[in-house]
Amino acid sequence: MIKENYYISDYCTIRDRQVYRNGELYYKNLESVSIKSFAKEIYKYMELSYPKFHKMDELCKLGFLASEVLLSQREEDTSENTALVLSNKASSLDTDRKHQETIQHKDNFFPSPAVFVYTLPNIIMGEISIRHKMKSENAFFVSENFDANLITNYTKILMSTQKANTVICGWVDLDTNKYDVFLAFISKKGKIKFTESALNNLYKK
Amino acid sequence: MRNVYMIDDSIISPLGFSTKENMDNLRLNKTGIQVIDNPAIWSESFYGALLDTDKLFQAYTKISNDIHHTKLEKMMLVAITKLLEKNPKLNIKKSGVIISTTKGNIDRLKEKNNPKVYLHSIALTIQQFFNLEETPILLSNACISGGLAIAIGKRMIQSERYDDVVVIGGDLLSEFTLSGFFSFQAVSTAPCKPFCKNRTGISLGEAAASTWLSSKKENTKKETIKIAGDASANDANHISGPSRTGEGLYISITKALEEARVKSSQIDYITAHGTATPYNDEMEAIAFTRAGLQEVPINSLKGYYGHTLGASALIESIIARHCLLNDELLCSLGFEELGVSMPITIIDKNKKQALRRVLKTASGFGGCNVALIFEKVAS
Amino acid sequence: MAELQQELKEKIIEQLSLEDLEVSEIGDNDPLFGDGLGLDSIDALELIVLLEKDYGIKLKDPKEGKAIFQSVSVMADYIEKNRTK
Repeated sequence: MIKENYYISDYCTIRDRQVYRNGELYYKNLESVSIKSFAKEIYKYMELSYPKFHKMDELCKLGFLASEVLLSQREEDTSENTALVLSNKASSLDTDRKHQETIQHKDNFFPSPAVFVYTLPNIIMGEISIRHKMKSENAFFVSENFDANLITNYTKILMSTQKANTVICGWVDLDTNKYDVFLAFISKKGKIKFTESALNNLYKK
Repeated sequence: MRNVYMIDDSIISPLGFSTKENMDNLRLNKTGIQVIDNPAIWSESFYGALLDTDKLFQAYTKISNDIHHTKLEKMMLVAITKLLEKNPKLNIKKSGVIISTTKGNIDRLKEKNNPKVYLHSIALTIQQFFNLEETPILLSNACISGGLAIAIGKRMIQSERYDDVVVIGGDLLSEFTLSGFFSFQAVSTAPCKPFCKNRTGISLGEAAASTWLSSKKENTKKETIKIAGDASANDANHISGPSRTGEGLYISITKALEEARVKSSQIDYITAHGTATPYNDEMEAIAFTRAGLQEVPINSLKGYYGHTLGASALIESIIARHCLLNDELLCSLGFEELGVSMPITIIDKNKKQALRRVLKTASGFGGCNVALIFEKVAS
Repeated sequence: MAELQQELKEKIIEQLSLEDLEVSEIGDNDPLFGDGLGLDSIDALELIVLLEKDYGIKLKDPKEGKAIFQSVSVMADYIEKNRTK
């Protein structure tokens, strides 16, 4: 049984063309015409300089940006043992459909490697790991709705067994123009005690 | 923390519809990979390991007459049912259930708006079929999914979330994945040849498998297999190209050894990922050498099954369990001459040899890696 | 030829999502890989698709790509000689 206490140190949501950090509005652009342009606007707003960002599919861009918001103000080194425990409903379906379009018609059959490589949901964790040199534990779960019980439990397992010191966990979902992103940074420091209901409340906020 | 054991298993693959049939065929060094002429999958003939649809249908009709289940669901349902039939003591309703798949019912994506393309639909199917209270957990973590699912099951048993866990893995050989690997110029023009100088890429396959993990060793016979250590680490290097230093795999192996409290010299056998792409096999050879494992006999089972994606590391772990119990090494099918820069020890013919510990590794897109150490203990 | 080179630069930026880059910033003889534009293995594979899709050139051996994708000018020469559309 896990007895040690862990905390939600920071959290970030990206929803309805708005970015929230620790419950406060961080950025909004209600005029954005697409997810792609919204993501690029956040990228510019954060003054990021990371050419690989433009190559990512939209799901990765959203997850990547949320992780940037979470980590931008953290001082500790995340490279050694910050695990990633992410989840969503639509897996990589948004990009799966794009790959399917390239093979749907025999007379126009040109599958693209740059699209295909994003047809796995765990690629988001690869992108975040590359950016922050995180050579750590990753797991990607798929469920119909945000499963705070699973995410909380598995995160605590990783921390209590020393497989991770800190964890970025949450939900990064994209399905035909509908997106919902919620990431939390879990560590041994913070004000909000890390429980299933606390995580669920922050997700629903 | 309590120990976790691998109690029993079942495999549904082109090499048979039970673990025993699979083991028999592996011992004969038979491969499930053959020339496939099926325009529904690919316009030209190619090498792959496809499951016999008629045989699957026969096995499935024995357990259900529901025509709505997809091919992959049928494969998984048959795999679980076989495991349950052999093990009356296993109560799946009281167990955690973890599903491992990379692409699920991806063959249905060409149809418009088929809800079966959502991976959680598979979890719901399994929940309904076995009348489970809890929806199974579904893991989709590229080519390490099957191995990571075992690691996660083990961790959940250790943390006392469950006493027993059933892990199910499965993926299809589909036009979707095949076209992607062709676009990567990664598909072999012959049955794949892991670690061989003449390798030209992967062969894809399809299969499903399941295994029962438990905290209770009284469920076992004379000897049993303990999951002694496990770890996973990201390369943090590239989303599709394996790390040139084998970083994530090396870290995974080192941490798994640490948890198992053994040195690399105490590993008797490695069953590697070995996809037979030039870069993957080279990366693995580097990681094994860095970990001091270059003299440990190694095989890849991809020459028998092709790459079965979300099922592969699960099937390979199951085979590792049986090799341990039977003290045998299986030849790395397709291998002729060493084609990696490090002098690792590829198993070139079946051998009887006393075994105590096996290392199973897998690596995948997104830079993910996993290592598992299975250890034989007295029951 | 200058026209084809211009077209290639536009396509490379578009296909390989090099959004931080302008056509004018790619020199005809700049190396595309390594220290040049810093393209990677997926980009190389994507260029193979581009050759086939837009110019009807199917490479027999993907390793040929390495020589062809040296720079925009080498690529343009190769396309000019081998294109079927």
